[in-house]
Amino acid sequence: MMPTTKPIALPGESLLRARGIGVRRDDRQILASVDIEVHAGEVLALVGPNGAGKSTLLSVLAGDLHAEHGTVELLGRGIQTYRPLELARRRAVLTQSNAVSFPFRVIEIVSMGRSPWLRVSDLADDQKAIVQAIEATDIEHLLHRRFTSLSGGEQARVSLARVLAQTTPIVFLDEPTAALDLRHQEDVMRLSRTLASEGRAVVVVVHDLSLAAAYANRIALLHDGRLDAVGTPHDVMTAERVGRVYGLDVQIHHLGPDARPIVLPVRD
Amino acid sequence: MTLRSRTVALVLLLAGLLVGGVLLSAMIGQFPITPTEVVGSLLRAIGIDTEWAPDDPLVESTLWVIRFPRIVIGLAVGAALAVAGAVMQAIFGNPLAEPGVVGVSSGAALGAATAIVLGASAIGLGGIALFAFLGGLLATLLVYVVSRAGGRTEVVTLLLTGIAVNAIASAGIAFVLFIADSASREQIVFWQLGSLAGTLWDQVAIVFVVGTIGVAISLMLAKRYDLLALGERNARHLGVNVERLRLFSIVIVALLTGVAVAFTGIISFVGLVVPHLVRMIIGPAHRGLILASAVGGGALLVIADLLTRVLVPGAELPIGMLTSLVGGPFFFWLLYRQRRRSGGWA
Repeated sequence: MMPTTKPIALPGESLLRARGIGVRRDDRQILASVDIEVHAGEVLALVGPNGAGKSTLLSVLAGDLHAEHGTVELLGRGIQTYRPLELARRRAVLTQSNAVSFPFRVIEIVSMGRSPWLRVSDLADDQKAIVQAIEATDIEHLLHRRFTSLSGGEQARVSLARVLAQTTPIVFLDEPTAALDLRHQEDVMRLSRTLASEGRAVVVVVHDLSLAAAYANRIALLHDGRLDAVGTPHDVMTAERVGRVYGLDVQIHHLGPDARPIVLPVRD
Repeated sequence: MTLRSRTVALVLLLAGLLVGGVLLSAMIGQFPITPTEVVGSLLRAIGIDTEWAPDDPLVESTLWVIRFPRIVIGLAVGAALAVAGAVMQAIFGNPLAEPGVVGVSSGAALGAATAIVLGASAIGLGGIALFAFLGGLLATLLVYVVSRAGGRTEVVTLLLTGIAVNAIASAGIAFVLFIADSASREQIVFWQLGSLAGTLWDQVAIVFVVGTIGVAISLMLAKRYDLLALGERNARHLGVNVERLRLFSIVIVALLTGVAVAFTGIISFVGLVVPHLVRMIIGPAHRGLILASAVGGGALLVIADLLTRVLVPGAELPIGMLTSLVGGPFFFWLLYRQRRRSGGWA
């Protein structure tokens, strides 16, 4: 484990606790009375149909958005009481849009992930975090390219590397697999598992239910701004529940040694 | 070329332009002075007597009363404008933002013109600078509030906002001209063209001090501008207090532009051309960009000022006209390139 990521909490301990979260926007209830906890050492997948409130919930949990109702506590303290720099040392966020305004080189972008640790960590720690992030995201061959010249998938991986270099106890990933090919999708999810095994918590928004079920310790299923279910993939991914929430008949198969659920639409 | 060799090349280039520009500017004019006399006079000023030092009092007074203040204000104004451009581009997330183009310079000019009509002699030189700063601040805030959406500024919105702000400021200046007496009117017209002629040491001191403070603060914020290139939300995730950074930066842009405009008038495109060329050589990282833009902007303006004096024999061209003549086509080229790359005007 990296020296800069000394476990703040023991595996299983609660890092983040949200109670009664409610968000309204333009007379529409985006989120209503959502209770959720994030534990050290787990991958928590947020799933749900388009417009269910996944990204909004992620913003609230990451401290970007202040919910009108409810409280969010990060490591026992209200998340709104943290200064931006304190927050940056505790949680990292991979957003959906990662455009860069000027043609920075890839290595410069990844190094930016270390900026919250400027003047508090050794150069050696910085180097190590950057090298590990680069290896984990398979971008060594891109380091001296300009970010603006990369393909969408490559940009996504470089941005992920930047987020990893931040070495925070909590990592939020908003649709990290959206622009990626099959192999890199699996890589990212496997990486989430590795982070969790180091004692960090990963909260990830995914659309592919089978992918979520294969890698997440717990799945939170959102439906119309409410938490429909939260629990292990086995408990949450039932044909009845997925069918009802998505409005589509599905069949659930179980594959592999630990019989993770695979969700397939019922097709004629 | 590696980054290191590019950096070395840039430093050599800037040093050459700076020394060459300053020396030629001191030598050339209605009354020619030899390079040895220039160097000798400078050395004598810092207490080293050499045989190069000029004996003719006319040479001395030409250098110290006319040419040196003009050179130093050129360096300071050029640096201020180039750094204002670099900072503006950082907070707008757009390489086409520039104080002249988006109307901040016109806002500052309106402020300065108002100060003159209200009686510049009563408020003094500092008063003109203060009014120019306030005019520039108002214009920057206006552009900022109107043209940004989601942490970025589209080219179209930025340019349209610039047109609107420039139009409002021009109307204001026209009105001020209308109510001004003939002496003030002459002074205001001189601003709209921009000139370094007739610079006084008092003016130099104000521009130099404010410019240095502005550049120093921008350098301190350089790392944060790098993070801002990732987008506002990502910068916040990395611990940047984005609101405070924006506010600070707007004040810096207004300060740098205001103090530059207050005594030399509207000189456009320096803030566009210089940071862009620097970025092409050493990349977009802001620490190097701001430092090199300050030096490059200063050198560029001194050379431009020299050209205004020698291009047409016996007459002096307005420097603002010259920079626009070169900067305008450059701006066209940038627009064309950005349009081709992004497939539209976004």
